[in-house]
Amino acid sequence: MASTLMISNPVTNSDRSRKKKKKKTQAKDHHDQDHIKWKSEAQQQIYSSKLLQALSQVRLSSPPPSLPPPSSSTSSASVSAPPRGRAVREAADRVLAVAAKGRTRWSRAILTNRLKLKFQKKHKRQRVVATVTGTNRSSLSRKPKVSVLRLKGKGLPAVQKKVRFLGRLVPGCRKQPLPVILEETTDYIAALEMQIRAMTALADRLSGAGSSSAPPS
Amino acid sequence: MSSRRSRSRQSGGSRPITDDQINDLVSKLQQLLPEIRERRSDKVSAATVLQETCNYIRSLHREVDDLSERLSGLLESSDTAQAAIIRNLLMQ
Repeated sequence: MASTLMISNPVTNSDRSRKKKKKKTQAKDHHDQDHIKWKSEAQQQIYSSKLLQALSQVRLSSPPPSLPPPSSSTSSASVSAPPRGRAVREAADRVLAVAAKGRTRWSRAILTNRLKLKFQKKHKRQRVVATVTGTNRSSLSRKPKVSVLRLKGKGLPAVQKKVRFLGRLVPGCRKQPLPVILEETTDYIAALEMQIRAMTALADRLSGAGSSSAPPS
Repeated sequence: MSSRRSRSRQSGGSRPITDDQINDLVSKLQQLLPEIRERRSDKVSAATVLQETCNYIRSLHREVDDLSERLSGLLESSDTAQAAIIRNLLMQ
């Protein structure tokens, strides 16, 4: 009986180890691909062209502001000048998330958030209240988790706090465990750097075009 | 059913999070941060790395916001935008 158990076990163990190895190698390849991906020139050019198209759509969709009072609430005025910067930022984030091809959590979170905001604009305030209460509840439930994690090495409350803070900065990582947040952060930082490089180049090109080409009016 | 199995496998595999794994991730993060690379000290603690990461991400966000403000101002005039679009398409 013991011999049969011994025979059956290694089969399952080898299968599991094979699958684990496959997962690990795939994960490593994905990591390398992701980091290289954000630094490549081709990726940046793809991003900047897509961004330009998206920005031209943003400009065309919002008609020129004819409302003189600037004291109008931002929720109603999606057209006035100051939120246009935000519209550009949102478009840039959306294109960045698309460029990530959905492999990372933050990219998926950005895309789903945009859809949510589009369809639930009326309930925005209610959702904000709900998230506030949600964070309060989660902060209360965090305390026992911290005491359990102190048994582990990196369960220091300082490190935990910082990681939670980091999780709030990176979109879509609020409830994720520690290693997930760290992974997402590395990819997110690389993506943000590429976004900044592309937008800087674009802004330089636009300002350069404005000064060199005189409008034939 | 298969999704349940994959979820249980993932949670079963990642629950015993080793310190080495965390150290690997933190060191990877450390290499991305420009400030810590310049310091060149090996005694950087995890808390410092995480704090620098938060600051760095916030500064990146601010930079993106500034750039988007700048771009929105530049895109106000349609001539420059259309010229830029055409130029961009031609350059590729």
